[in-house]
Amino acid sequence: MPEGKLCNKQTVDTEEQLQALLNDKSGKQYYEEMNHLDVDAKALWATIQKTLKSRLRTWLEICAHCGMCSDSCFFYMANKKDPTQVPSYKIQSTLGELVRRKGDVDNAFMQMVMDTAWSKCTCCNRCGMYCPFGIDMGIMFSYLRGLCFSQGFVPWELKIGSGMHRIYRAQMNVTTEDWVDTCEWMAEEYEDDWPGLTIPVDKQDADIIYTVNAREPKHYPEDLAEAAILFHLAGENWTVPSEGWEETSLAMFAGDWAACKMQVESVYDAMERLNPKRMVVTECGHAYRATVVEGPYWAGRKDGRTPIPSFHYVEWVAEALRTGKIKIDPAKKIKEPVTYQDSCNYIRNAGLKDVAREIMGYIAEDFREMKPNKEHNFCCGGGGGLNGIGRYREQRNIGLKVKRDQILATGANLVIAPCHNCWDAIRDLEEEFEIGIRWSFLKPLLIHMAIVPDHLKPEE
Amino acid sequence: MYAFVTGPLAWLSFTVFTVGIVARIIWYFRGLSWQLDRVAYKEHMAYGIKGAIRSIVFWLIPFGTHSWRFYPFFTICVFTFHIGLLFTPLFIFGHNVLLQERWGFSLWAMPEGMADFMTVAVIIAVLFIVLRRNALPEVRILTTPYDYLVLAIAVAPFVTGLLAHHQIGNYNFWLIAHILAGEIFLVAIPLTKLSHFIGFFLSRAQLGMDYGIKRGGMKSKGLAW
Repeated sequence: MPEGKLCNKQTVDTEEQLQALLNDKSGKQYYEEMNHLDVDAKALWATIQKTLKSRLRTWLEICAHCGMCSDSCFFYMANKKDPTQVPSYKIQSTLGELVRRKGDVDNAFMQMVMDTAWSKCTCCNRCGMYCPFGIDMGIMFSYLRGLCFSQGFVPWELKIGSGMHRIYRAQMNVTTEDWVDTCEWMAEEYEDDWPGLTIPVDKQDADIIYTVNAREPKHYPEDLAEAAILFHLAGENWTVPSEGWEETSLAMFAGDWAACKMQVESVYDAMERLNPKRMVVTECGHAYRATVVEGPYWAGRKDGRTPIPSFHYVEWVAEALRTGKIKIDPAKKIKEPVTYQDSCNYIRNAGLKDVAREIMGYIAEDFREMKPNKEHNFCCGGGGGLNGIGRYREQRNIGLKVKRDQILATGANLVIAPCHNCWDAIRDLEEEFEIGIRWSFLKPLLIHMAIVPDHLKPEE
Repeated sequence: MYAFVTGPLAWLSFTVFTVGIVARIIWYFRGLSWQLDRVAYKEHMAYGIKGAIRSIVFWLIPFGTHSWRFYPFFTICVFTFHIGLLFTPLFIFGHNVLLQERWGFSLWAMPEGMADFMTVAVIIAVLFIVLRRNALPEVRILTTPYDYLVLAIAVAPFVTGLLAHHQIGNYNFWLIAHILAGEIFLVAIPLTKLSHFIGFFLSRAQLGMDYGIKRGGMKSKGLAW
């Protein structure tokens, strides 16, 4: 069977291919073609033999079938403890089976694998914390996504997403020109209220290079302005790069490892070109995970580190508050009950739980922890690309129940979520269940609360 | 028969056990890859070791992790089972008499009552584990005949040992059965998923290094298991 026009094993590297996919509303033709997509069993097995080594092989072999991973998984909990949602069952029936059959599987099986890997797991890695053998099924599902991608069995939106990174080095079609224009535009828009506000582009030897999520220039440009205002208030010597400005990785969610490498290298190139002291990334969890935690390995960097020290936005905020670069007006602190969403990618998987608490200490008077919290907190329900996949909207909405119930239990009116995916999931949770909460990034809250030094105030 | 099972067969089973475990360790380490695993093992060895130790030690302590605390009854079964499993063969009087006779040294020998208690505790723990496999849907869906087989292999030396020691039934039969059961157990360790005997430590160390180096260990006190 020949490969489909839209659904095939090729990567999306041209605007033509990308546009063809985008024109296919909701991926209707794409998924229809997927029903006829052949599995290259030989290639699949060859890849597995080359890449599935001690760690994964041992994990698959020694699983004690104890079921301790079950209650760790929000999908299991949200789906009323459906046994088919037990993480071990999910991975053993997909990757485990794939290995047992030596890659000799059919189209129906691969579609089942795709559905499992993208709608029954967000790769939040919580299960790995609850397994006595330290078997991280989130890692295995991410690996499995790579196998699926190589065979063309990937959700429509993520095929597009990884194509975006290949073509634009950003998750959306924002060109360098678009980006620089947006930066200039935002600085102009807010200059009246913030005299001297700039968004420096390609400044050499700055203290901070700031990178973002492409949806900010595309859909939420005020986020850029807010970042600029906060750096301005803090008196930072900062810049954005004209290229390598985007930090996210739908390619990671898609399992397109080659595109992941290309994407992070664009950011590392910017670091090397502009020679800043450190990088700060916007309020995005998977951006930090992709570019700072995993990225160095995709780029072949043996020490596992980015070219310069890199920080998530919360680390910069905590430092700014701690050092007094940004001072909070006590009268404007958050007085209502407020809770904090611990995003998997920079809390559980990057150790920044205490940084978040430090910030809350400065800005909130009635901070309510979720139960469980910190590295044990549950996924927002929409991570791993799930928020954006239409085919799995129903499954995503069911999964949101766990986060909904956690928030309700805190009694909070406001949820602070310094992560684009978590922010979206909580927004959608409110739309779906109408529990009467508000949610926010840190930036607008900080700007509202910050004491503006006289020399930065506009003239009367 | 006795001479055979305590002679050549014993040598064979201990050899398979030892060589098998060593082979597993070597194979495991050789199959780690900083690039595929995405963990810079060698570059940040100190952070890695700290992470590995934390990952192992917290899990070796009863109720030492969030997960153990979440499943208190199962945790009690698991620890009772494993402590009995490891302690009893090493420190039971009968085995130490053999050690003294054959090799001229022995370890501490526990009082008989304690040995009986631990043996029975192991058997009861296994019973509860088997019941749990059937009673809980989330465990039932994962359970295969293989799981029952490895449980049987692990508990057989205890059942046969108890019968032999207390001379219930035909002593010679249960004695040979006990020795064979022990040898099957030894051989099964490197060859089946009982390899978690070493796999627990290897896998936990690896994940501990992952968290210790890459996923937060260099920016925080470490993951609160």
